[in-house]
Amino acid sequence: MVNGLTLGAVYAIVALGYTMVYGIIQLINFAHGELVMIGAMVAFTVINLLAAAGMPPLMVVLIGTACAIPVCMLVGYAMERLAYRPLRHAPRLAPLITAIGVSIILQHLAMLVWSRNVLAFPQIIPLTTYSFLGAVVTGVQITIVALCFAMMAGLALLVYRTRLGTAMRATAQNPQVARLMGVDVNRVIAATFVIGAALGAVAGVMFGTYYGVAQYTMGSVLGLKAFAAAVLGGIGNVPGAMVGGLLLGVVEALGAGYIGEISDLCRYDMLAASLGERCADGGHFVLFGSNYQDVFAFVVLILVLVFRPSGLLGERVGDRA
Amino acid sequence: MNRAKLLWPGIALIAISLLLLPFALSYAGTAWVRIANFAMLYVLLALGLNIVVGFAGLLDLGYIAFYAVGAYVYALLASPQFGLHLPFWVILPIGAAVAALFGVMLGAPTLKLRGDYLAIVTLGFGEIVRIFLNNLSQPVNITRGPQGIAGIDPVRVGSVDFSRSDSLLGVVFTGSMKYYYLLLLLLLAIVLINVRLQNSRIGRAWEAIREDEVAARAMGIDTTGMKLLAFAMGASFGGIAGGMFAAIQAFISPESFVLVESVMVVSMVVLGGMGNVAGVILGALLLAFVPEILRWTVEPVQQALFGKMLVEPEVIRMLIFGLALVLVMLFRPAGLLPSAVRKRELTHERTEP
Repeated sequence: MVNGLTLGAVYAIVALGYTMVYGIIQLINFAHGELVMIGAMVAFTVINLLAAAGMPPLMVVLIGTACAIPVCMLVGYAMERLAYRPLRHAPRLAPLITAIGVSIILQHLAMLVWSRNVLAFPQIIPLTTYSFLGAVVTGVQITIVALCFAMMAGLALLVYRTRLGTAMRATAQNPQVARLMGVDVNRVIAATFVIGAALGAVAGVMFGTYYGVAQYTMGSVLGLKAFAAAVLGGIGNVPGAMVGGLLLGVVEALGAGYIGEISDLCRYDMLAASLGERCADGGHFVLFGSNYQDVFAFVVLILVLVFRPSGLLGERVGDRA
Repeated sequence: MNRAKLLWPGIALIAISLLLLPFALSYAGTAWVRIANFAMLYVLLALGLNIVVGFAGLLDLGYIAFYAVGAYVYALLASPQFGLHLPFWVILPIGAAVAALFGVMLGAPTLKLRGDYLAIVTLGFGEIVRIFLNNLSQPVNITRGPQGIAGIDPVRVGSVDFSRSDSLLGVVFTGSMKYYYLLLLLLLAIVLINVRLQNSRIGRAWEAIREDEVAARAMGIDTTGMKLLAFAMGASFGGIAGGMFAAIQAFISPESFVLVESVMVVSMVVLGGMGNVAGVILGALLLAFVPEILRWTVEPVQQALFGKMLVEPEVIRMLIFGLALVLVMLFRPAGLLPSAVRKRELTHERTEP
């Protein structure tokens, strides 16, 4: 459960990146997961360098994050400028395909820079554990969840309370009219990408320090799951992404924990009888083990899209799904 | 007039060169015939995907799942895994049918979805199929999990075994060359089906759905049935290609059916020109030969310049794929050989409401 919440918090932050971009230009930014990966990789390099120099761990992680954010923002901006802006009025299939292309390019450039090996983050943050309502919680987990909530609150403030946020919402509703009202639509869209990229960078650092590893392929699966989270919450909807992310993380953690037990056919008397000796002496006949963990996100995604395409918190919008 | 006169000699010329190609290739090295075979498998896949993406306009990013299904059907029915050894002309239709079933399974719940959502769901579907193949070794061992299935039977027709060399009238036909001719036949059949489909009632219905689904339904087209048909047909071609892949390789594992392969097939269709059969074939051949060409150029060049390999050809290949996708969309959105309709559609700016 705690694991799920932590993972869910990371999903939520990545999902925010998807949902903001989708909300404003109706584009699924396939390459967003790669931004998260690049964030983790840059942080890895910096952390490794500084940890070797013997700086205090908290400083090291903070500086690592501080280096990752601008790099990701730059990549996010370049991506929007080169691959998406020229196609803003093309059919929807076109930017989607360039997004896939950008994702491949970023992945393999990262591979050239950081090699194809799994990189192990140095264990620099001491593992302090606390007992909280009967659950064991580590300091890192608390930090991640707390930081995520802080970032969500910050983003909500940005979107609903600032000039830029107002301009973003106006552009999302109707770019033409927003332009007539004096909003620099191009700038607003670029800003959205950059903010999403910064969030992605932070999520990447969190993911890296939490699991202790990073690899050039980590972005695609993480990105897909975060996208599932965004859809679950209602894509284009900022609070929805947060709820969706947390929910998906918990579902995944609990599901992976219990699915083996639930699908153990020996638990069901009628089936156990027909299975005979496989179940004798407390034997098990497990249909789905925890290796199916990665399936949950996709199943959730498909179910949501089929039964409630606007997501949990989304309003019905005719042409979106 | 002139064109009509040149048509038949042109076709004859292409046919003869295709028939003689394996001999020319085996002159350069036996590996090249195998490479040509894999290129043809990709052409088969790309043509199958073209039905879904090009004709009906439904972006499918999990297409490799059908390839996997076809390959596994072949592997399970013709290998020591279950002790079954059915002949290939029985298995290929079964594989196509099972893949078509999977296509409908994917298509039915996603009928309402459009464009980008559909892309993501199909991508998820492809991953689900792969994860299942990876894990169906427990509790009952069906797919042998990540180890894959080995010892798959080659294609046999009568006493002719496609994994061995034979000589006919003093000419030696290696196993790869026999597969080449078999694939060529299959390819011819599928190209014919594609071309005929494009100008049929069904093809026009798909085109109408692609252009405007609501209008298509208003004109009396059964959009549900037509979309399912596109999924099923595309999937069955994928299944046939998968079966041939299993027979040629004699070994399959879930590793051959990863997301990157789906993306590669999509790139072929996009690069060549969605909806245009000739374009798709060109795209598939181009991208299928890129890794080979790179292997023969990048390695020696790097060896000569730096004395060691700095960048693996595999990485360069993927970078080229990514760049190709972006550049084609930016500068030639209809592909290298665009179909007339698609070109009109893509160059015409979408009018915002």
